[in-house]
Amino acid sequence: MAFIRVSSPHLHRPLSTSKVMQTVILATLPGLAALTWLFGWGSIINVLIASVSGLLFEALILKMRGRNPLPALKDNSALLTCVLLGIALPPLAPWWLVVTGTFVAIVIAKQLYGGLGNNPFNPAMVAYALLLISFPVEMTQWVTPAALLDSSVSLTQSLSAVFGGAVNAPDAFTMATPLDGFKHKGALMADEYWVQNGFQPEKVWEAWATASIAFMLGGLYLLWKRIFTWHTPVAMLGTLFVLSLLFYGTDASNYASPMVHLLSGATMFGAFFIATDPVTAATSNKGKIWFGIGIGVLVYVIRTWGNYPDAVAFSVLLMNFAAPFIDYYTQPRSFGHNKARKGIKNEK
Amino acid sequence: MTEYILLLISTILVNNFVLVQFLGLCPFMGVSNKLESAMGMSLATTFVLTLSSSSSYLVYHFVLEPLGIEYLKTIAFIMMIAVVVQFTEMVVRKTSPLLYRVLGIFLPLITTNCAVLGVALLSLNRNSGFVEATIYGFGASVGFSLVLVLFAAMRERIAVADVPAPFKGSSIAMVTAGLMSLAFLGFSGLVQL
Repeated sequence: MAFIRVSSPHLHRPLSTSKVMQTVILATLPGLAALTWLFGWGSIINVLIASVSGLLFEALILKMRGRNPLPALKDNSALLTCVLLGIALPPLAPWWLVVTGTFVAIVIAKQLYGGLGNNPFNPAMVAYALLLISFPVEMTQWVTPAALLDSSVSLTQSLSAVFGGAVNAPDAFTMATPLDGFKHKGALMADEYWVQNGFQPEKVWEAWATASIAFMLGGLYLLWKRIFTWHTPVAMLGTLFVLSLLFYGTDASNYASPMVHLLSGATMFGAFFIATDPVTAATSNKGKIWFGIGIGVLVYVIRTWGNYPDAVAFSVLLMNFAAPFIDYYTQPRSFGHNKARKGIKNEK
Repeated sequence: MTEYILLLISTILVNNFVLVQFLGLCPFMGVSNKLESAMGMSLATTFVLTLSSSSSYLVYHFVLEPLGIEYLKTIAFIMMIAVVVQFTEMVVRKTSPLLYRVLGIFLPLITTNCAVLGVALLSLNRNSGFVEATIYGFGASVGFSLVLVLFAAMRERIAVADVPAPFKGSSIAMVTAGLMSLAFLGFSGLVQL
């Protein structure tokens, strides 16, 4: 056993909130780049609109409360929420959809609870779920991957789609997502459906898998930087994998394969960027595992049997709802005590 | 059997009485300040709701229908719920003083829970049998308990949050309940009954 001698200074600068948020924003870049490469400029325009409007809303609310908005704006948390929302929304979403989303995320889900650190629900996912329920048509039109189009969507075309209003929504550029296709056609029919519409099925899957892998790389970078621990993403992805393998194994013609579940939709993005939010997730490591398992189960159940093709937003919200309760029952043993405090009985 | 499990899933998650059908909001808001009292309330409600759901089936089909006075069902059910609650309180008091201490004041409160009457009337509309009516009541109360307990844990956290003054107390609880109901919409379509 080697004794490692380390010279002073032993203290080092801890990570500040602003720095953590900045790192997470940086880690979304590979995913954002992949989305831009695959689906055109839409996602970047979304992120820009969301960031500008989100910071404005944050400043406005803090002004109304008579507080100095600068510290809150500088901690990058509102910016991160807006970036995540911008990525989650479909590219070429009309501008008012994005602005409504940031209003819900920043004002209702975050500032009404007192800002960063107090919000019980993930703001970006509250906005996403609300928009999905209120504007299902706009929210389910994803752009066709560029690899399948003759000419990719140009910047001017994207801008006119975003600011031109929903009336001239470019149907030529949009198509149902793989999970959507799966939902309505079933496993065997999904491929035939793509072929009927003149797309090669492999390319559809490939495009979505590329984006997922890019988000996974960003997530692994955060894991390496120790922004969050492995518990939540591993528990969530593991549960989803095991469940989908189980059902796929028993009946491959009706259930999607584990690869479909892991590499399409928002699985990777959700596992690494949404579920790991330190404010709204469970706190202890054991709690995080339960939190992740819960999300995995709910994602699978809602995707397979529910009305909505993708379920990450709803699952995360439902588990956010359960997180304080999970915390009650997963308090770790504190030093000097034999048993961990669990539940509510030990209060006396 | 599958039918009963689906009925349970439907009443607990998809058609949750509090967050999807908006019944029983008064105890949901009133008793959710502390986790401990929320647990007591949910235990008592589970017990009473299951019992009253099955006994209202009996009252309707063996008293009201033979006498041809179905139009009195609302009054009859209110009476019956009050009787069931009083009866439960007396039995619990005599048989288990410990349980009586835990459920204590919550038992009489249940009489005013609109979910109890709602379950009795709604299960009547489903034209189901006795077992189904009982399971319907049980599922409804489990859904109520689940949501109430989780909400209470969450409210304890919100109580220490830096909420803007106009939103303190019940208003932020209402906003939270709204967001939770939004999340529960994710379950829609799981079960068609």
